[in-house]
Amino acid sequence: MAQLSHRIAFSDEQAMLLETATAFCREKSPIRAVRNLLGSETGFDRAVWDDMVALGWSGIAIPEQHGGSGLTLAEVATVTEPMGRHLLATPFVSTQIAVQALLHASAAQQKAILPRIAQGAIATTAMFEADGNWDLTAIETTATALRLEGAKSMVVDAGVADIFVISIRVDGAPALAILDRADLQSRILPETIIDETKRSARLDLTGIEIPAASLITGQAAREALGAIRDAALLLASAEAAGGIAGVLDVTVDYLNTRTSFGRKIGSYQSLKHACADILVGLERSRSHLYHAATLCAGNETAEIALRMAKTEACEVFAYAGDRAVQFHGGFGFTWECDAQLYLRRAMWLQYWHGDAAHHRRKLADLLLG
Amino acid sequence: MSELDDFRAEIAAWFRDNRPPEPDFLLPESFMEVGTDAQFDYLRNWQRKIYEAGYLGMAWPVAYGGGGRPQIFQDIVNAEMVRQKTPFVPNTIGLNWAGPLILAIGTEAEKQRYIKGILNAEDIWCQGFSEPDQGSDLAASQTKATRDGDHYILNGSKIWTSLGSYAKYMILLARTNPAEPRYGGLSFFLAPMRTQGIETQPIRKLTGEYGFTQTFFRDARIPVDCLMGREGEGWKIAMMTLTFERGASGGQAGGTARLAPGVTDVVELARTARRDGRPAIDDPLMRDQLVRFLIEDQGDRLCAARGAIPALCSERPQAIPLSQKLRTSEHRHRLTQFAIGLQGANAARWVGDANAFEGGKWQRAYLNSFSSTIGGGTSQIQANIVAERVLGLPKD
Ligand SMILES: Cc1cc2nc3c(=O)[nH]c(=O)nc-3n(C[C@H](O)[C@H](O)[C@H](O)COP(=O)(O)OP(=O)(O)OC[C@H]3O[C@@H](n4cnc5c(N)ncnc54)[C@H](O)[C@@H]3O)c2cc1C
Repeated sequence: MAQLSHRIAFSDEQAMLLETATAFCREKSPIRAVRNLLGSETGFDRAVWDDMVALGWSGIAIPEQHGGSGLTLAEVATVTEPMGRHLLATPFVSTQIAVQALLHASAAQQKAILPRIAQGAIATTAMFEADGNWDLTAIETTATALRLEGAKSMVVDAGVADIFVISIRVDGAPALAILDRADLQSRILPETIIDETKRSARLDLTGIEIPAASLITGQAAREALGAIRDAALLLASAEAAGGIAGVLDVTVDYLNTRTSFGRKIGSYQSLKHACADILVGLERSRSHLYHAATLCAGNETAEIALRMAKTEACEVFAYAGDRAVQFHGGFGFTWECDAQLYLRRAMWLQYWHGDAAHHRRKLADLLLG
Repeated sequence: MSELDDFRAEIAAWFRDNRPPEPDFLLPESFMEVGTDAQFDYLRNWQRKIYEAGYLGMAWPVAYGGGGRPQIFQDIVNAEMVRQKTPFVPNTIGLNWAGPLILAIGTEAEKQRYIKGILNAEDIWCQGFSEPDQGSDLAASQTKATRDGDHYILNGSKIWTSLGSYAKYMILLARTNPAEPRYGGLSFFLAPMRTQGIETQPIRKLTGEYGFTQTFFRDARIPVDCLMGREGEGWKIAMMTLTFERGASGGQAGGTARLAPGVTDVVELARTARRDGRPAIDDPLMRDQLVRFLIEDQGDRLCAARGAIPALCSERPQAIPLSQKLRTSEHRHRLTQFAIGLQGANAARWVGDANAFEGGKWQRAYLNSFSSTIGGGTSQIQANIVAERVLGLPKD
């Protein structure tokens, strides 16, 4: 079996980013703010987004010549982890995944789009279709003579996105179309998803004419799809790792407060040992996350590390969310209890870009032959 | 950097050239399972050879027999021993618990007297903490040490004493003040085992082999200078010992303490073992399990890497070290249990059977894996420690 690397690099710059982002998310996304946005149409707070843009976060991974800071996906993951922890409602992750795809676009396309994103335009990627296949190259939507036919679903933040990167099939080969919000008027149909802190929509694309200049094709398209998968796996791992820490705090607080049979429920081992297991899972998840981030930043092959990170973090998060509900008793069954917010986030992340069983099957082929 | 690379090459070559020949008997898998004189002699000679080559206690002070070099050199040696799957060194309790303890809080005389013998395996050490009536609840220890002039008189019994038959010294937790039923009444001793009135009796393990003893104290007189620290400080010193034992603090002399199979060995096993008429590695359910173990193992290795980056551990600095024993011992336990199942109906064979897979080593490894989920504080106690000390949950 191939020897796996065990390297984790974490720069002083990342350490500062992590500190800043942790403080930012704690301040801007108290659970009250999260709840206020649940029923809102856009699902996010534009003022908070503007603050993030002002901090330079939307341009972290955009080259300096296009108005960004020219850093890597590792720095993006670093600020994403605390966002996950505080359930910060934001189109940040969608936008960053699109950025990773656009780094494979032509020079002219990059010049036209990346500066807009660095200045705060929101972007997203439209990959999945009705049958819910996670394989990003299994694309049914086509463009024939540059006329689209098909639909995309589970397009996160489509309702607020300015720029859409859409996977299609052109002459049988995978390609990407870069569309503007104006191209999609009235074709963005909101979906109802399990995580109410997020927004998703279906895109009805049939009949839209696209200019050839908006396409990414050939090798560049395949690389862009790979970049989308890598970015999605890494940032889902970051959100999930943050989420585990967040829901563990909620659970531990309650276990230290609530009493039953005359003692704190946290003194019962069936509860406290589950928390110890969750902590162990949190530690492993964060280790996987920052290792995968290290490989991504160095442009090394990261597929094994990313699939491991996603599997571990999402599975532990799903368990932690599940136990959080159970350990709150009757209160856990209510809308009021914050445990459900994390559990529903965990379920969203688990089934977004491949669940644990899916990635383990891929890993088995990669690792065991 | 290149000095370290040179050193890596040097020790890789040394261990290749100096590895002892395979013995014609089964080696134990850890220091807790050394059950025959042949096993003991083989491992002790191996430790001596490594020490004499300068590859053990490399970071300990020169004045006491150590190498006085930066820890990284010893880390490289340890990693190479793991990589080459060399036999382990048997004086684990001396090298990794008693030794660091003596260096940390011992007197100059104690350092002079004990450290060198720990390194060269002249003096084997054992640990007298558990008793027949208590183990997890260490503070309830009953073995008595009664002051009588220049001596303490020991009475009582310790049990599950690993290396008890071979040890020259014991780190011993005994009650000097019977009026104090728990923590305050305990004291810590560096006790000579070859003392009139101290006897060991081997106990047979679940594998049928030997490895630990019950140790009896019947009016055994040990000199007062065997007391470490002051009377009543036993609990504090014992807790410090346990942080060395559970890997939660550095300072150990190094070497490896076990040669148990790991996850990559299980992957290899899955290629050769057969289940349902085909190689186990072709079974989708087995593949899924294997990947779970690979992810878990990789997670623990990466925790070791992340633990060295303070900015990634700032919120709970104790989380990685205090969960280490729980994580790794439970992993190995479930892994070896799984490995048996890869063998189909042959899984039920045992050591000694002509058709047992690899001589029954997996079955033996599974039963022996309890040594780490029970010894050194059970997994349930470790989970309590993690929940209480890392997460701040209330005591039972
Ligand atoms: C191979 C091996 C080598 C050993 N070597 C040594 C040695 O060299 N020196 C030495 O001193 N000791 C040694 N031990 C002893 C070991 O430290 C004890 O066995 C261990 O601490 C458990 O104590 P016990 O056996 O008394 O079990 P008990 O404490 O009686 O525990 C029995 C069961 O109850 C559980 N339990 C107990 N208290 C709690 C609690 N508060 N919450 C939840 N569950 C609980 C335990 O987890 C266990 O499952 C060795 C043990 C083994 C297996």
